[in-house]
Amino acid sequence: MNAILQTRDLWKAFGGLIVTKDVNLSLAPGARHALIGPNGAGKTTLINQLTGVLRPSSGSVWLDGADITRIPPNERVYRGLSRTFQINTLFPRLTPLEAVTNTICVRERKRLNILKRRFFGVSRCSTLIDEAYALLEQLNLAQDCLVETHTLAYGKQRLLEMALALATRPKVLLLDEPAAGVPEGESDELFEVLNTLPKEISILLIEHDMNLVFNFADRITVLVNGEELVTGTPSEIADDPRVREVYLGKGH
Amino acid sequence: MSDTLARDSRHLTFLRARERWKPAEIAFWFALVGVYFVFPTNLIFVSQILITGLFALSLDMILGYAGIVTLGHAAFFGIGAYAAGLMAAHGWHEPLSGLLVAGLAAGIAGYLSSFLLSRGGGDLTRLMITLGIGLLLFEVANSATKYTGGVDGLQGVEVGKLFGVFGFDLYGKTAYAYVLGIAFLLFAFTRSMMHSPYGLALRSMRENQTRALAIGIPISACLTNIYTIAAVIAGIAGALLTQTTQFVGIDVLSFQRSADLLIILIIGGTATLYGGFVGAAVFMLAQDRLSNLNPQYWLFWLGIILIVMTLYLRGGMLGGLSRLADLYRHWRNKERP
Repeated sequence: MNAILQTRDLWKAFGGLIVTKDVNLSLAPGARHALIGPNGAGKTTLINQLTGVLRPSSGSVWLDGADITRIPPNERVYRGLSRTFQINTLFPRLTPLEAVTNTICVRERKRLNILKRRFFGVSRCSTLIDEAYALLEQLNLAQDCLVETHTLAYGKQRLLEMALALATRPKVLLLDEPAAGVPEGESDELFEVLNTLPKEISILLIEHDMNLVFNFADRITVLVNGEELVTGTPSEIADDPRVREVYLGKGH
Repeated sequence: MSDTLARDSRHLTFLRARERWKPAEIAFWFALVGVYFVFPTNLIFVSQILITGLFALSLDMILGYAGIVTLGHAAFFGIGAYAAGLMAAHGWHEPLSGLLVAGLAAGIAGYLSSFLLSRGGGDLTRLMITLGIGLLLFEVANSATKYTGGVDGLQGVEVGKLFGVFGFDLYGKTAYAYVLGIAFLLFAFTRSMMHSPYGLALRSMRENQTRALAIGIPISACLTNIYTIAAVIAGIAGALLTQTTQFVGIDVLSFQRSADLLIILIIGGTATLYGGFVGAAVFMLAQDRLSNLNPQYWLFWLGIILIVMTLYLRGGMLGGLSRLADLYRHWRNKERP
């Protein structure tokens, strides 16, 4: 099977504490894969190993057929692995337009000559800026793209999280609780964006909101104590007694 | 097609307006040219302000734009000052090549020490490392009396004619033109770099390192790069001081110089490009006036200014000015129906 993103026997321990235990995750191209599990199951640690912020104790991470276990985070982004954050991790005093343009310029840096990259104003990269603006427009951020990010409403900041991740043109997108903290009334905008993401992008979604997970995902992996409990289709997961036990406790 | 779209769009106009040289900027540099004619007796003092401003600009690149805190920036200023001084004292009197070598020496030092800074750690680590390097270099210069003259300073610095034509005179006329020319060139260089995609990437590093890494910015490489460039400019500033005063005092490497520089930049305003020059002018004029009155006055008022500025005037003097301008614009828009 030619998975786009894969972990092989991934293992991570902090001293005696094992946080990732033999995880073999596999994302098919175009997948809508959800990763769920109770608090402290090791979801974020797993993400950090995928993006390269944390080095696994053993095992490997594969992206599009290449071993990326020892490749630094920024290079993984360049190869098409991008993420959003559970807690807004933005550039408070940059405007959304600047932030997205920056991301696109970084992506295209090897195609820009040194003068354009270093000495000419950003505004000379007009095609890249137009791309940034189009992306912001697509995410309903065009109205707010010229004010500093910290002045944006929370829901808008969540959308900018997505915009920054998409601007890298990822093959694989890791969404870390995209709806976290968004009040119910405002989450429609976000769900719509999620549902209209192009099929070429494979997505790994980490989410607590079970409604979102079961509507969105075509495969679900349940992680418990750093270990893969089960992987299957939404209906298989919904019917699995072990999953019920984890979420609802024994006796249900 | 996309080009015509770009030309008309509001968002592009916005970015372009930001990059354009504003009338106030042009006035700033013309005013400095004017100083040459209007205040011919104060040229030496204004040269010193310009040199300090240039030095502060180099700090602004790393502190204001890239967000790297340092308490040891004088190390590079000092290395440049001594490099230029040693060359001039040992028979190489041509000033421009002296600047070049000084910049190179400081740049090498900056490049090497940047690796200590990119090894993880937060602001506190960086403060301590830069402070440590600064203290270490000061002691080296202090001990190597044979080469540096130690606390007595480096004597016998002889600087030749600029372009082989203009000698450095007693009133500092040549020195002023020389310093202003170099400062402007380096300013224009820095300005264009800070408005480029590279400058934008630096600002994003300052705003959020985690995210900067997550959108693919090679943070360590960028850090090494900007730290080296800032060191080169600091070194050239140091060399300018040596060449225009024909002397190197050991205080070029002192902790006091690093700390004053930080104060100057914060008073003037970080990440504004001009903050360093404005801060240097205010700081040095106030120091000059107040310490003539009574030395204690200076430190007393400096203390008050610092506290008030950091608490109530975020963004320094230029930050305050731009907020005033915003208020005025707001008020004018309200007046108009």
